Amino acid sequence: MNPDAPFLLTGNATATPWSEVPELPLQQLADATSEALAEGTRLCAWFGVAEPGESATRVVCIVADDFGNTLGIARSLPARTGYPSLTLRHPQAHLFERELFEQHGLRPEGHPWLKPVRRTGPAGPEMLPFFQVEGGEVHEVAVGPVHAGIIEPGHFRFQCAGEEVLHLEIALGYQHRGIEAATPGGPHPATLCQMETIAGDSTIAHGTAYLMALESLAGIEPPLRAQWLRAIALELERLANHTGDLGALANDVAFLPTSSACGKLRGDFLNLTALLCGNRFGRRLLTPGGCAYDLDDARVARLVAGLRPALAGVETAANWLWEASSVRSRFEGTGTVSRQQALEMGLVGPAARASGLVRDVRFDHPAGWHRFAQLPVAVWPEGDVFARARVRWLEIQRSGAFLLEQLAAPPPLEPGTGSIKAPMPDLQPDCLAVSLVEGWRGETCHVILTDDQARFRRHKIIDPSFHNWSGLALALRGQAISDFPVCNKSFNLSYCGFDL
Amino acid sequence: MFALDAIMQRLRQGCQTMAYPDGSPPPLPDRHGGSLRVDRSKCEPGCDACIRICPTAAITRTPDISLDLGRCIFCSDCVKTCPPGAITHTGKHSMSTRNRGDLLLGPSGQEEVRLAKALDDSLRRLFGRSLRLRQVSAGGCNACEADTNVLGTIGWDLGRFGIQFVASPRHADGLFITGPVTKNMQLALRKTYDAVPAPKLVIATGACAIAGGPFVDLPEVLNGATSILPVDLYIPGCPPHPITILDGLLTLLGRLPPDRIP
Repeated sequence: MNPDAPFLLTGNATATPWSEVPELPLQQLADATSEALAEGTRLCAWFGVAEPGESATRVVCIVADDFGNTLGIARSLPARTGYPSLTLRHPQAHLFERELFEQHGLRPEGHPWLKPVRRTGPAGPEMLPFFQVEGGEVHEVAVGPVHAGIIEPGHFRFQCAGEEVLHLEIALGYQHRGIEAATPGGPHPATLCQMETIAGDSTIAHGTAYLMALESLAGIEPPLRAQWLRAIALELERLANHTGDLGALANDVAFLPTSSACGKLRGDFLNLTALLCGNRFGRRLLTPGGCAYDLDDARVARLVAGLRPALAGVETAANWLWEASSVRSRFEGTGTVSRQQALEMGLVGPAARASGLVRDVRFDHPAGWHRFAQLPVAVWPEGDVFARARVRWLEIQRSGAFLLEQLAAPPPLEPGTGSIKAPMPDLQPDCLAVSLVEGWRGETCHVILTDDQARFRRHKIIDPSFHNWSGLALALRGQAISDFPVCNKSFNLSYCGFDL
Repeated sequence: MFALDAIMQRLRQGCQTMAYPDGSPPPLPDRHGGSLRVDRSKCEPGCDACIRICPTAAITRTPDISLDLGRCIFCSDCVKTCPPGAITHTGKHSMSTRNRGDLLLGPSGQEEVRLAKALDDSLRRLFGRSLRLRQVSAGGCNACEADTNVLGTIGWDLGRFGIQFVASPRHADGLFITGPVTKNMQLALRKTYDAVPAPKLVIATGACAIAGGPFVDLPEVLNGATSILPVDLYIPGCPPHPITILDGLLTLLGRLPPDRIP
């Protein structure tokens, strides 16, 4: 990143006094952000902080320089009026700008599609205007919010010519629970369990990201053994979900052997997480300052004993998938997102890596245990459903190897205390903390700003799905509408993580 | 995948479906603890440690303590905090009820949950051997949804009980609701309910659908399914373990063998 850019350069899981974050007029912040993005950084966060007692808003910008392993932070002076939209030059900003407009009324001038992101009201998100394609043969297909299957609600509006999808617009907001609005004045007694349920299948990713930000604000680090345990739980979460996704992809092309096997194996991985803390999704494993439970030697042995057959089972089931020509012909060339599109839309996680982008928080911005133990980044170049399935399979193998390696050599308990939880001092007042965690869907970002009483003033949460839903919309262009389920499954994004 | 390989794998795997309910149920994880029991007589006078620590305000004092298992997210913080052990785990996976009030623990004789009874004979004749449910996630975090999906896998094989999740409310005998019911899902949930032909059942699954869960009293949610619909079965948990969900469904349909009824 250009050292002359007006950004404070910092790293993952760090806290910065609010007064030290460079401030500049909103228009200049937008220009500087545009330049930084043009130089190859990525937009992690772009959100507003309401000024106390005024109707003005400061905009906070966080950009990631993945190759330089740094984050750049800057903020605007209090602003009341709009600014020239970033989206015109940088499509990856489009949802951030819509959200900023919805939450704070700062209008990105020239934004091509300034719709609400999670509008609340008696008429649902499907009642807003949609981008429409005109023409005699063109027809519109509306799906949702309630879908066929046990799945969360969202609305999909397809513009089709015959079977071919010309354009897909995704309208979300049905799952909006108001999590960000509940955090000011916090942390409250319910805050941690709300963080664990932002996206319930990413309990460890969101929980860890939240707690790393909290611990940065307190100026502490959990004991090494707790960091190790958090890294283990994160990979178990990845294994369970990636395995489930391979099975679901197989099911969507009517390939039942892999579907049946992976459905059960996914549960086996969830049961291994339950071995850690009693809950199959890892609820209440994490606690401020460390972990609530230790993993003693006997439990390590049980975990390894359960892990080996589950990994072997996934290998068998995945190989059925790769060897079936009928599966490959359905996966290959379906729902392609090019590398250039993935870059421009700012995709993250397996969806980005399946389009050839080497992008992984565990590698680019290591924090916690990942500073000491790395996993190789799994990349595949094609950008189609096959690539997204293949990246998951590569990650399953690497997570499995990582877990077996880590479980063979647990770090010792803290000398003296033997605790896996560090005491939490008071948070620092007027301080901004940023943390990123590579969840199984991708970059999970939490930003917390404290007020002068060291309570939460603003807590911004960015689920990887916020970056990636637009990728699914692009993948559908030129596809048959009947390929939507398999394309959708290949992204498997979170509705509630987006809706918050 | 060669045919011979497939046959060999199939033979090697055998039947993967669990023996329950004829055999014993899969055990809960040892750190789960199961359902809860409240023994007021053990409370120390003036102590409110559990009330202060509960993240969802499931424990109240009027004037003695009560624990609302419907609001409980099973974090076990109260169990760990209570010095004299007035709140304890029972280790039991059965905890579904037919009435909201049956989830309130504390009064004498009501230390534990009052478990659900089966549907009456006329409804059992209709649904007992074939129940079709439409699932609606109304703000659910995808954990209740995931552990409901698990029941359809080969290990649990919900289909062997005649229970199936269907795509259309028109084909359904009832709704299976997860999530705290967000304001943005209120209309869609109502319309889905109206589309189910009568007589119909409503099952509220998870702390969110019962009472709002971690999101209780937030302005964007309606504190669960009871806010807009009549509920016939409450399945507590965050999320409920799959065995708790299955137990609730089988209890409602009167499908548990007599020796499995707690």
